[in-house]
Amino acid sequence: MTAGTKWLKNVGWRHAVGLLAVVFSLGPILFVLSAAFNPLGTLSSSQLLPSGFSLGNFDKLLTETDFPKWFLNSVVIAGVASAVSVFVSGLAAYAFSRRRFRGRRVGLLSVLLIQMFPQFLAVVAIFLMFATITDYWPAIGFNTWWGIILLYLGGSLGVGTWLMKGFFDTVPRELDESATVDGASHVEIFFRILLPLVAPVLAVTGLLAFITTVNEFVFANIFLTDSGSKTLSVGLWGLVAAEQRNANFGIFCAGTLLTAIPTVAVFQALQRYIVEGLTAGAVKG
Amino acid sequence: MATMLGGPATRALPAPGKDEPPTGLRSRLVKIVLLGVVVAIAVWAAFPLVANRAWAGLAIEAAATAALLWIYLSGRRIPAKYLAPGTLLLIVFQIFPVFYTAATAFTNYGDGHRGSKDEAVVAIQSASVTQVPGSIQYALSVATTGDPATGPLVFLITDPATGQVSVGDAEGLTKLSDVTVSSSGKVTAAKGYTVLTAGQAGLRSKEVTALAVPVEGGAIRSAGLSRAYEGKAGRAYDKGCDCVEDTTTGKTWTADEKQGAFVAADGDRLAQGWKVGVGFGNFTRVLTDRSVSEPFLATLIWNFAFAIGSTGGTFVLGMLVAVALHAKQVRGRNVYRLVLVLPYAMPAFAMLLVWRDMFNTDFGLINNLFGTHVDWLGQAGTARLAVLLVQLWLGYPYMFLVTTGALQAIPAELSEASRIDGAGAWQSFRRIVLPLLMVALTPLLISSFAFNFNNFNAIYLTTDGGPFPADNPMNGATDLLITYTYRLAFGGSGAQYGYAAAISIFIFLIVGTVSAIAFRRTRQQEEVYA
Repeated sequence: MTAGTKWLKNVGWRHAVGLLAVVFSLGPILFVLSAAFNPLGTLSSSQLLPSGFSLGNFDKLLTETDFPKWFLNSVVIAGVASAVSVFVSGLAAYAFSRRRFRGRRVGLLSVLLIQMFPQFLAVVAIFLMFATITDYWPAIGFNTWWGIILLYLGGSLGVGTWLMKGFFDTVPRELDESATVDGASHVEIFFRILLPLVAPVLAVTGLLAFITTVNEFVFANIFLTDSGSKTLSVGLWGLVAAEQRNANFGIFCAGTLLTAIPTVAVFQALQRYIVEGLTAGAVKG
Repeated sequence: MATMLGGPATRALPAPGKDEPPTGLRSRLVKIVLLGVVVAIAVWAAFPLVANRAWAGLAIEAAATAALLWIYLSGRRIPAKYLAPGTLLLIVFQIFPVFYTAATAFTNYGDGHRGSKDEAVVAIQSASVTQVPGSIQYALSVATTGDPATGPLVFLITDPATGQVSVGDAEGLTKLSDVTVSSSGKVTAAKGYTVLTAGQAGLRSKEVTALAVPVEGGAIRSAGLSRAYEGKAGRAYDKGCDCVEDTTTGKTWTADEKQGAFVAADGDRLAQGWKVGVGFGNFTRVLTDRSVSEPFLATLIWNFAFAIGSTGGTFVLGMLVAVALHAKQVRGRNVYRLVLVLPYAMPAFAMLLVWRDMFNTDFGLINNLFGTHVDWLGQAGTARLAVLLVQLWLGYPYMFLVTTGALQAIPAELSEASRIDGAGAWQSFRRIVLPLLMVALTPLLISSFAFNFNNFNAIYLTTDGGPFPADNPMNGATDLLITYTYRLAFGGSGAQYGYAAAISIFIFLIVGTVSAIAFRRTRQQEEVYA
């Protein structure tokens, strides 16, 4: 066996698989890049490799559409919803992990069971319910930040509690016991001992919740119908709806890139924690 | 779970005991302020309930507020203090809708069966209104409270005699002030409403024609887009026979309480019905009505194929790449990793739409690249392959990342030892590495399956369920149960909320059963209860 064939057998195939995967992964992203900078801005004129360079699509996106508003709406809604949801499920996880009380086992099981009924399936009921809420309290109804944030928060306990309980369980109980002996109350134990200990994983969980919320489409599409109140997913979707599909493709891709930049940046910065967070069971697709 | 916190957690250890714990005064202040906010919100929320005489709602709200105060003002009930916020949100925005869904599943609720019988009678009478000699004519502007293209329509009409402007919808007429009226009597602007332009109104002319504003003895309907008239009802409800009679033809439709509709002797049904309970009708319909059960079964099978295919495909490809790159001799592993996670970091909803357009027949990249002209998303087979390919692209970086993580946790000595014992590379992977991987990754595969089973965006944003067979526009080849349900409930050809809710219950039972069996097998629970 020559050195060459040995290299092929041990290392070469690994690079071949890796390179094929890179081509597969990058193809569509390259297409988005090329379409975003395409001077013509139509789908039919967009190629895999850039054929020209122009910032016209970005200019149109920022001046002719409500994109800046959509961006702000998305950041506020997803930011508040994911932060509060991590906190609320953290509170519940603390009770389940550290406290022994009647109904603990039943509570844990119910959370698991309810999680299996995705909020999503109740879309009809939620629509009807919020139609009433909009009549009574317009401030938390359709087309508002608060309405959809509250809705997203409704699912937070189901998704986050088990995850977070797992994190808390890994922190030795001796820590809080010694703190109790030193005179710390349960509030101090939670905020000053447990939370700081699991903070990095919490940040990743929060980030993943943030991304899921930004991508949420169904409820946002039903709840936010005024152009100024839309989120990125609903707004960009509207850009390439039926008739304008070909014409607006460049603008749409420009929007996609601007949406992706913050996420990609945070992803690369947090990469090693993300693997940990992912292993704990967050799904996206 | 235990390995997960290894690095970051231990470094983040605070130095306990150095600072004095915060004084009781400060935490008490925080508590008082927060409870004050709760009470303030409760009072704010109570006003509309009182104004609408929703006494049941008011009682529930008062009870919830009292319960919160009872929990937080006491020194005990510590677990409840931590569980209350999440539980409250869960009950209001998740459990209540679930029960509401379950209750709806036993009714015929939907288009044509929305309200009470009285409302149906009013709707029938208003819809039968025709112009008679001497009808009052109004100047009309069509307006909406929401988006001009989709918001609910209202009529803004000006009384020719008094000049009084009123707003009318299916509920009735309400007087308006704060309006701008042109010299011809047409309303051009009104506070809280968007007046539609002629073009916008023209696009929705069907809805404009259908809208009838009930008034005493008849209704106001549109005649074109800028005039309205007050006409007389051609059909009237007779309480004695519990039927609706047409005053000109004399035909009668008798109320059928089981169907929630007025039915004539010849089987003709009036479109406006009311909501009634139908027992298990919606459920048995799925199982017994062949025109419903066949597409349902086909969708169910494809739904399983999609969930298994997406999960399995992403896992196999992700694992293959992870295993390939998991070797010290491979240079540039970090660069590979950096590039390979990019699809995961891109906004998924947008990339789904990009893929949809890449498969476009006329302008799409794929046909451009290969010089073909295939309608990828227009044929059942290729459309199904296409959505699976899209899921593969979106999902495999996740599997790659988690498999890499799991591989790093498997001690290299294990496979080295098996190699010394004479196992080949494949055998060592198959017998040593793979089983260990599966232990770590099975829970993730189950949640990935459950997620993909209801992956609404993956279908709605790419094929929207299509292609559709010619004879059934409600159920397409790539439809998942969830997109099918969504179309039933919100689709163009009449909402069927009751039936959609029944299918939701089916989906819940299926996903719940599959997950429960799978979790039981992995014995996850026992570990977590420890």
